Amino acid sequence: MDAMNKPHNDSLLRFMTCGSVDDGKSTLIGRLLFDTKTILADTLTHIERTSKKRGMEAVDLSLLTDGLQAEREQGITIDVAYRYFSTGTRKYIIADAPGHEQYTRNMVTAASTANLAIILIDARKGVLTQTRRHSYLAHLVRIPHIVVAVNKMDLANYDQAVFDKIRADYLAFAEQIGLQREGHDIQFIPMSALNGDMIVDRGDAMPWYTGPTMLETLEAAPPAHSEHDEPFRLPVQFVCRPHASDDPELHDYRGFMGRIEAGEIAVGDAVTALPSGQSSRVKTIELGNVQMQRAITEQSVTLLLEDEIDISRGDMLVKTGQAPEPVKQIEAMVCWLSETPLSTARTYIVRHTTRESKAKVSEISYRVDVNTTEHLPAQGLNMNDIAKVTFKLAQPLMVDPYKVSRPTGAFILIDESTNNTVGAGMIEA
Amino acid sequence: MTTSTKETLSHLDWLESEAIHILREVAGQCSNPVLLFSGGKDSLCILRLAEKAFRPGRFPFPLMHIDTGHNYKEVIDFRDQRAAELGERLIVRSVEDSMKRGTVVLKSPDEPRNKHQSVTLLEAIEEHGFDCCIGGARRDEEKARAKERIMSFRDEFGQWDPKNQRPELWNLYNARSHKGENIRAFPISNWTEMDVWQYIEREKLALPSIYFAHQRDIVMRSGAIVPVNVPLASGDVINAPKPGEEVINMQVRFRTVGDITCTAPVPSDADDISKIVLETATTTITERGATRLDDQTSDASMEQRKKEGYF
Ligand SMILES: Nc1nc2c(ncn2[C@@H]2O[C@H](COP(=O)(O)OP(=O)(O)O)[C@@H](O)[C@H]2O)c(=O)[nH]1
Repeated sequence: MDAMNKPHNDSLLRFMTCGSVDDGKSTLIGRLLFDTKTILADTLTHIERTSKKRGMEAVDLSLLTDGLQAEREQGITIDVAYRYFSTGTRKYIIADAPGHEQYTRNMVTAASTANLAIILIDARKGVLTQTRRHSYLAHLVRIPHIVVAVNKMDLANYDQAVFDKIRADYLAFAEQIGLQREGHDIQFIPMSALNGDMIVDRGDAMPWYTGPTMLETLEAAPPAHSEHDEPFRLPVQFVCRPHASDDPELHDYRGFMGRIEAGEIAVGDAVTALPSGQSSRVKTIELGNVQMQRAITEQSVTLLLEDEIDISRGDMLVKTGQAPEPVKQIEAMVCWLSETPLSTARTYIVRHTTRESKAKVSEISYRVDVNTTEHLPAQGLNMNDIAKVTFKLAQPLMVDPYKVSRPTGAFILIDESTNNTVGAGMIEA
Repeated sequence: MTTSTKETLSHLDWLESEAIHILREVAGQCSNPVLLFSGGKDSLCILRLAEKAFRPGRFPFPLMHIDTGHNYKEVIDFRDQRAAELGERLIVRSVEDSMKRGTVVLKSPDEPRNKHQSVTLLEAIEEHGFDCCIGGARRDEEKARAKERIMSFRDEFGQWDPKNQRPELWNLYNARSHKGENIRAFPISNWTEMDVWQYIEREKLALPSIYFAHQRDIVMRSGAIVPVNVPLASGDVINAPKPGEEVINMQVRFRTVGDITCTAPVPSDADDISKIVLETATTTITERGATRLDDQTSDASMEQRKKEGYF
């Protein structure tokens, strides 16, 4: 068995791909899947047949990511698709979102779970309006690592000058929107997705480039969303009370179940439950029937406390002394997701962590032109709009700025009449 | 690129943790959920995840199997045994009851019953008033699943409309539904077949015997391995060879176990989990391509079935 297929991975990275139609997004993904041997023979035979049927000579790797029948009929991709591949050391989840302007909401959706974004640029076209849009959105949703993939280098004679110019143009623009200032990590790779140069194999067309290939870059990217120490946040999902009155060990069992969204916790740590403000210490940390001394970010655990305090779903456990202030008003950048425009007269439900509150818009400060990042006046919001909005809340929420903690700074808006998810918000204050 | 100093979870721990989180969200958001349990490998993983999510408490949902009446006896026995060991309630509803009621009409007696499961499932949902069904579908299984939500919305007719799905951001799931509507929750959406086998290996999960290499009578029918003379839990025997077909005794295993008439085994000598993991790593054929006798006709057949209310 070769190294690619070794079934022992030790980390997981979620990334997204952004590009406009024909930049080579599907070919790149197909290439990654193909060169890591994720594509199996029957699928390959299938796309070979389809390639022939469509009159193509070579196998079109972009067919690997061909969409649903509904989309094929319309000749477009309408939604985020998730794909998987694995190397010897890592499992990858790709969120593949279409790049058109009218699909801002799909990009925001894909970005919300990604820790790295590949932004594709056609070497012949350079930095375009859509490149700016994709970068702005990656920045807005705070994807920490950005890889600018200058594709179709084969059509630009694999010329280093072309690559260098695009890099310089991009960096100038990144400076303008504050990408690097705010800690985003930006890398550039020249490549040809079609020929497979600098994707998994280096190829020999670009000896002047000595940096990592696309796959090496993915393999080296830190899988954590944040490299900073974050305050401990555990939104309570479920309270386990077995009520086994005949079992003395379980008689008083009260387990607070949830996923550690940020930070870490150890047995003996002082914790405070919000919004009540009552404090205790961690007596036990369990995962299944295993007891642990400590637990880290993204672990789903059960906490047992030393004192009996009243905690239910929607409450949040934090370390004593690190509690966020419960707020009844939030200012946030909102992406509107629904075909039905936002109505300032209506009440929406805000779902934040495991907690919900009714909310009303008190002000729309401005709307952002995603192509120029310019601020524009706005009365209401339509699908794909991004705007700064202030909400009044019926119930207090325990929030962090999105910049500081993604999971406790994010929320969705739900329309109570349809139950649809209509908006996505990132809290500024 | 900046180097990482932060401790993170292994990929299996991450997937496990995500699935536990999803199961707890279902429990927290839905009033009457049910876990679909077939005795197959994916649903056995979900049972283990549910133990990790809710023990020492009881599961906040019963288990339910929609039985086509054409399932392998080994799997049905295993299903019952596992539910009993866990001490959780198992509801079984059968396609054959729907046939008796006249809500399922077969075009021919040996027509595959897989697609008719949708009818029986919808009837069971209505009977019990379930607002959410937890299932073991994975996005890597098939194209039509790559865009599936973790909380997938179905209308009053159980229909999935790809254009009418709720955007899913961060890990903020929206499992709300109105009366009569239904959410399908998929805690192992982000798992691949390989992840499932690795998890089974790590957790030392017991499986029905037919997942391991065994001798079986088969015929080759248009390129596929078709098991013949299969005994059912009811005592009947199905899949007689057609006249002229040569019955071969072959060493095979199942990568997926579903309705007998539409799941095919693969030749294999993997008789334990670690050998299966190895075989999975080096296989050249997808799980569905190798094993589904009903999907090969059309690219869109799964999409079509889902629109009609299939799981
Ligand atoms: N010459 C060349 N063509 C490419 C390259 N990458 C993609 N293409 C072609 O560009 C077209 C669009 O690619 P596709 O992957 O479908 O783009 P998408 O719309 O971004 O997914 C297809 O005809 C590809 O074969 C490349 O690196 N070099």
